[in-house]
Amino acid sequence: MTLVLRICHLYPDLLNLYGDRGNIMVLAQRARWRGVDVAVVEVTLGRTAPGDADLYFLGGGEDRQQRIAADDLAARQRGPLTDAAAAGAVVLGVCGGYQLLGRFYRSADGRDLPGVGLLDLWTEHPGAGSRRLIGNLVVQPDGGGPALIGFENHGGRTYLGPGARPLGRIVLGFGNNGRDGGEGGVAAHVYGTYLHGPLLPKNPVFADRLIREALERRHPGCELAPLPEALEKHARAAVLARAGRPADA
Amino acid sequence: MRSRLTAAIALGKATATLSRALGWGGGTTVPGRVARAVEPNVVGLLSARLRLGSVVVAGTNGKTTTAHLLAHIVRALGRSPVHNRAGANLAAGIASALVADADVLGRPRGDLGIFEVDEATVPRVVPAIAPRTAVFLNLFRDQLDRYGEIDAIAGLWRSGGAGWAPDLVVVANADDPLVADAVRGLPGRLVPFGIEDERHARPALEHTAEARYCYRCGTAYIYGATYFGHMGRWRCPGCGAARPQLEFTACDLAPLGPDGSEFAVRERETGGVARVRTVLPGLYNVYNVLAAVAAARSLGVPLDAAARAVASFTPAFGRAERVPVDGREVRLLLVKNPAGFNEVLRVVLSEGPLPVVLIAINDQTADGRDVSWLWDVDAEMLAGRAARAVVTGLRAGDMALRLRYAGLPRDAIEVEPAYDRALKRALDLAAGGRLYVLPTYTAMLALRAVLRRWGAVRGFWAT
Ligand SMILES: [Zn+2]
Repeated sequence: MTLVLRICHLYPDLLNLYGDRGNIMVLAQRARWRGVDVAVVEVTLGRTAPGDADLYFLGGGEDRQQRIAADDLAARQRGPLTDAAAAGAVVLGVCGGYQLLGRFYRSADGRDLPGVGLLDLWTEHPGAGSRRLIGNLVVQPDGGGPALIGFENHGGRTYLGPGARPLGRIVLGFGNNGRDGGEGGVAAHVYGTYLHGPLLPKNPVFADRLIREALERRHPGCELAPLPEALEKHARAAVLARAGRPADA
Repeated sequence: MRSRLTAAIALGKATATLSRALGWGGGTTVPGRVARAVEPNVVGLLSARLRLGSVVVAGTNGKTTTAHLLAHIVRALGRSPVHNRAGANLAAGIASALVADADVLGRPRGDLGIFEVDEATVPRVVPAIAPRTAVFLNLFRDQLDRYGEIDAIAGLWRSGGAGWAPDLVVVANADDPLVADAVRGLPGRLVPFGIEDERHARPALEHTAEARYCYRCGTAYIYGATYFGHMGRWRCPGCGAARPQLEFTACDLAPLGPDGSEFAVRERETGGVARVRTVLPGLYNVYNVLAAVAAARSLGVPLDAAARAVASFTPAFGRAERVPVDGREVRLLLVKNPAGFNEVLRVVLSEGPLPVVLIAINDQTADGRDVSWLWDVDAEMLAGRAARAVVTGLRAGDMALRLRYAGLPRDAIEVEPAYDRALKRALDLAAGGRLYVLPTYTAMLALRAVLRRWGAVRGFWAT
């Protein structure tokens, strides 16, 4: 039986700041390399997301674009996304998309953007004069596995409520708020993170974990064959060296 | 205060001599920094003495090429432009150029300032220079790590306007809605330029395009034609904002692939038309040429004289520069952001498949520390059309992954972190043919240093 992976990319023309489409390329290609059929649906402003995707993705946008997306997201996609997540679909939000998975985003001028509330967290921008959290980001995931590496660039500071746990601990960089050492937010199969670069090309183990979890919904117990990772190792080593960390074994 | 200014000049000059003698880096900015420490307004005081005033050139892409082109045009008419070196486009770089040009008493040797100015430095430096012409080329997402967001840059330009001269000529790329919006309300006379040739329009906006939604009302723009990145004939169906009427138009385009292009420049006010031929390839350079010609016109250069001068222009280093190496030709085409990279790929592939390309990606401050933009490049263009790609630089690994996911086979991608070995390997693979090298800014400097060691190019100070 052919495995099928359905990916829903939300607002690709608004939330696309940091090469975010690279995440979609990686999910689709790594699934295809294993013989999985992949369908990618792009949902733009004014369209409602399908409820039957296995994986939903939201990238990051500039403030203005994020504001446009946030209103549409809250008004239109809260229902389908909440139902799909409850049914086991994977949801991944990066940067601005991560913030919108939370309860709200309080912008520099004090206005609140609504979130979809899939993650128990909120984000506050500390004001126009505050410094952005920018630079290479290395995170040791809770629960083990290779370090997650990428780049971060955000003005907002994110704080987790009791219903979400961080994706991992900071090795290099600022993460959620530059204070508590945590980065990202996770609840069941909903993931949010400030790691871009984009996230998935240099973190193939994490990419495969998302693909497997997404496929599990329809194909329980499925396995993914290993892929050669020489180029990934090379790209990872460059960032790990900056963090003073050894390359992957 | 005259004495403080002359002290600043003396110290700046001494620093320049010293840094050259000792082979220090930073020769293009340190003298200016020293001079500004002594006399903070050194830029304002020295630029005010330039007999013909100054022109500033701002924008994400093409500043260096446009400024060099304009300098070349006015030089052909016997003027002596003073200009800052490529990339030295913050206040210190401009101060360095002015100090180097002045004699010890602060008398300029040149008569016209032509300064490329970093996007974010515009509001700080432009009022001090009080230029007669300001050129705004384009706004791309570039170096977001340094500036935050593109909206912020447009806002800086807009808010900077208050301190500018009321008789300023604003030469602006009308095809870029971000620029058109940013220069709206600036004082002075607006001179919009753009391309009008639907035969060379892209089928659709590239996904890299920045300006999809109107800056005034949030409605999606409608494009009648798009030429490069988010540039084209745009309008907003929501609030009626639209591309301003063009004062200078490039039309009747005949691209000559990697060897440049030919087109007509039409001036609305006079009805003048001139045919332009340039060795600068790609549509992005059509915009640069058009901007330089429009700026030259604002200085009183006749249209046909400007067009003639463009034809004899050879590019600034790294910008479509041709370097002979052992009888073979290396062409360096700088890449800094997705739209520019895409256009470079179109140019290098326009004459058919290539045996090899060399791509060199760094992530130092001048390159942008965030390499995520590589994933917005349509690297898919290379799949099946470049037999091999050699990748080098600090972020060679990221580029290699981008190529792999673009569909190049793993064994067609060679990662060679050392610049000299990468260049040698790519030259071998080019098998006597022309080698295209696509570097980011600091990778370009590093590759040029290798070429210099091989005796293929002259040193930095000689360029
Ligand atoms: Zn509008």
